[in-house]
Amino acid sequence: MTPWVRRQQALADYTLAAMARRRVKNIGLLLIYALVIFVIASATLFSTALRHEAEIVLAEAPELIVQNLVMGRHDMISAEIIEELEAIRGVGGVTGRLWGYFYDRVNGANYTLMVPLDPKMVPPAGQALFGEALPRTRGLGWDTAPLFLSRYPGDLFRLDPAGRLSHESALVSADLILLGEEDFRAFFDLPPAVYTDIAVSIRNSREIDTIVAKAGKLLPNARLVTRDEISRTYQKLFYWREGIMVAMAGASVLAFAIFAAEKASGLSAEETREIGILKAIGWDTRDVIAMKLWEGGLISLGAFLFGTGLAYLHVFAFDAALFASVLKGWSVIYPDFRLTPMIDGVQLTALFFLTVLPYTAATIVPIWRAATADPDQVMR
Amino acid sequence: MTRRSPLVFGLIGAGCALLALEAMHSKLMTPAGAARMARSAELVRRAGLTDLALFTEARFARNPALADLHTAFQDSPLSFEHFPSGTFAPRPAAGFGQGTLRFGTEEDAR
Repeated sequence: MTPWVRRQQALADYTLAAMARRRVKNIGLLLIYALVIFVIASATLFSTALRHEAEIVLAEAPELIVQNLVMGRHDMISAEIIEELEAIRGVGGVTGRLWGYFYDRVNGANYTLMVPLDPKMVPPAGQALFGEALPRTRGLGWDTAPLFLSRYPGDLFRLDPAGRLSHESALVSADLILLGEEDFRAFFDLPPAVYTDIAVSIRNSREIDTIVAKAGKLLPNARLVTRDEISRTYQKLFYWREGIMVAMAGASVLAFAIFAAEKASGLSAEETREIGILKAIGWDTRDVIAMKLWEGGLISLGAFLFGTGLAYLHVFAFDAALFASVLKGWSVIYPDFRLTPMIDGVQLTALFFLTVLPYTAATIVPIWRAATADPDQVMR
Repeated sequence: MTRRSPLVFGLIGAGCALLALEAMHSKLMTPAGAARMARSAELVRRAGLTDLALFTEARFARNPALADLHTAFQDSPLSFEHFPSGTFAPRPAAGFGQGTLRFGTEEDAR
């Protein structure tokens, strides 16, 4: 063992012994520090994983959605527009989408009813594919249990299950009921030649902007939403949510910052006296500063490791249980999903530098001031 | 004096090992996660979905990518927000007041 390592070990030993004399205060500081890091790291990990998932999953969304607007609100779009859009050069395919919401008075949940674009996926008449949350919230105990929806008192609309959508795609399909076009139109009492909106597929992704401009001229009242915009909406949404979570933790972060600054920058009379004695018995200024650096480093590194490690377990092993109630809001249906673990190295490094370094640095200035003063003066 | 440093360094080492294990766990789970996401993406493609089913209580929360974000009083007058998840759906960062007034297609072409 080199003398330098022995010296550092001795300093660490001394620091730990000094910290043990103020055991309750230091353990309290470590726990609060770890808790603050835990909340911020949980928000970061959760949001990063959701953002990643949204980016990959929604990359397969239609390239362009055309919606009709009437009086500033979305309205049904005429089937005639499909032909007009098909005439634009570069357009691969144009399909009318049928989807709508249904509020189920039985359990207070909102379902999304939809006709799948892929004809092979359309269930036979009278049947539907159910999303993961639907049988769960409606208590459909067995796989072949039919679903009865009541649109008004005395009405019952029966849908037999053609299957259940996989649990693993719950994040996009938890509240879905996929059914055939005839059933959809009958359920919502919809005339034949209208759609909710129109999905346009574009052969060459570099032509999207040109086609959007052409479609915009053709349909000046329509709202055109590209796949990029959908993806950007979600990226922003999750950045925003992460920000909200951090802001919610903001008050505690601020309280902790005040507490830590007080603890780190102001020396108690006892600590000042201790430094005076150390100097009097021959400790160098460098030794005193190194000792305090050990103290700040051990507390902040310990809190970082403890907080971040627990945050990972919270988000990926316990499905972010502490955030779920905040995210659920008033929804009756909330997808039962498990995120794919993902660690963003840059974000963790930023968190490390934002938590460990300031605390360690804050300890240096007052110590340096006390350590450079005359022992006799410090001890008085 | 009892030497406390081996115990504390051991704990710090355990913390580092925990983080390393978690990083390894996330790497190991990546292929399975990618396969799962590919299946979800397949559903998105075949059904023609545009949004995540994360908040289902209101249309601007269920389909934020397609909702009438610019329409005031969507659900009732004097009610800017009445669902908690509205807090999480931000106003669009760009797009307000950035359009230009044009008169006719000639100017548009220019």
